[in-house]
Amino acid sequence: MAELLVGTALGSSREALRDRCVLLATQDQLGTAVALVELDGLARRVVLCTPDLGPAQLAEVAASAGADAIVVDSARALGDLPALDRYLLSAQLEPATAPSRRFGKTEWVLLTSGTTASPKLVVHTLESLAGGLMGSMPAPVSTAAVVWSTFYDIRRYGGLQIYLRAVLTGSLLVLSSPGEAPDEFLARAAAAGVTHISGTPSHWRRALMSGAAGVIAPRYVRLSGEVADQALLDSLRTAFPHARVAHAFASTEAGVAFDVDDGLAGFPMEFVGGERAGVTLKVLDGTLRIRSSRNASRYVGDAPAPLQGEDGFVDTGDMVELVAGRYHFRGRRGGVINVGGLKVFPEEVESVLNADPRVRMSLVRPRRSPITGAVVVADVVLSDPVQTGAGDIIKQELLTACRCSLAAHKVPVMLRFVPALELTAAGKLVRPGA
Amino acid sequence: MMRDTIIAVFQDVAASQGRTLAPLSDDLRLTECGLDSLSFAIVVANLEDSLGVDPFNSAEWVDFPVTLGDFVRLYDRAVA
Repeated sequence: MAELLVGTALGSSREALRDRCVLLATQDQLGTAVALVELDGLARRVVLCTPDLGPAQLAEVAASAGADAIVVDSARALGDLPALDRYLLSAQLEPATAPSRRFGKTEWVLLTSGTTASPKLVVHTLESLAGGLMGSMPAPVSTAAVVWSTFYDIRRYGGLQIYLRAVLTGSLLVLSSPGEAPDEFLARAAAAGVTHISGTPSHWRRALMSGAAGVIAPRYVRLSGEVADQALLDSLRTAFPHARVAHAFASTEAGVAFDVDDGLAGFPMEFVGGERAGVTLKVLDGTLRIRSSRNASRYVGDAPAPLQGEDGFVDTGDMVELVAGRYHFRGRRGGVINVGGLKVFPEEVESVLNADPRVRMSLVRPRRSPITGAVVVADVVLSDPVQTGAGDIIKQELLTACRCSLAAHKVPVMLRFVPALELTAAGKLVRPGA
Repeated sequence: MMRDTIIAVFQDVAASQGRTLAPLSDDLRLTECGLDSLSFAIVVANLEDSLGVDPFNSAEWVDFPVTLGDFVRLYDRAVA
């Protein structure tokens, strides 16, 4: 980490990027990790692009963000992006000729899945991203003894938290690689002596299923990004008897709101109400609302919706229910389905199903899954009754249509035909939990 | 037989998800069988529909299955 402060991977491009709005679109996480250190304080705005974005989506993000430059590594395949000046990160750090002169406060823009296929752009600052980090995670006895790791990609909010923690304290950080088997990643983390490690509940279930969880002996295990259920918390406590196991609530828009480390699912009702460590929670209309200095400041793009309500709170859209002195998460308002940390908007899937003339209407809803938290299932009303047997063919054709136009986690894992779907008085589909 | 039921579901899901299954044996690690998390989620949902049990969702369960043999035993116990 110390080398990053004196070397440069941007080289002579560094000056050209001063005060620019930059898409940071490396294939490898390491390129992003290196470039962020240089771009913070230099660029006016840095957009952290995830590696799954294709050229068309990158162009869309660039337009929304007002970007005029893009920083890539040699592994990133790009189409034509004529509106952007392209800068290549060097694989090796070069000695910097002069210390970078600071531009000022850089906006960090994170992408989050929106109601359409295009991502939403969420504006943070280093302060909103890193503020309270020291308080919300355990203070190490000695920084040198701490080795961080995360299953997350550091371009997602949960991973960026761990990256910043490591960079700001000068700790070692072990990054995961996309497609890397959990036992291989855990073996690398173990070899580096990992002490603090984070991931989503789905990441952790997969780690436990790999049988390799025992190769690491962390002191701190963190879960965020999805609901942590009691069975998983118990399993992690058994697997890591010497670790503090904490589940955190955080979202790209609301930031980190709280950590729970009493080993129980949900969170104590005392968290709601007064301000705690700069964060105020309230429950309104059944959803959790958060006001804190860790909130993102706004969305950017064409006619962006306000990120906070008039009361200054971010509505997380996560429904909670108070049971015996503890709030428990009960899914997403509006039926947004969380499949292993990836959002699915039912309307998007329904629009694919409804495009088939044989379909009168459809309802896409979550089904609880112990592996990914939820999976997507669909109830379909056909326009005309069909003969037994013909239904199976239609079912296969509908699923094929979904596979052709949707990401794998959005394709219904079950599709059944129903005679009718319930509608509200206003003529809208009755969505479970909506 | 439970093992055959489970293997048939693994094969169906692998086919529908466009994944290639490794040769299945009892000591094969689940993470090496060729299915990803989403595929496993579908396997568990399918088995719940056909067998009426979800052993992952029981109160006393704490050990995640590591091998295919573990997985089969988990379901054997759940329906017993």
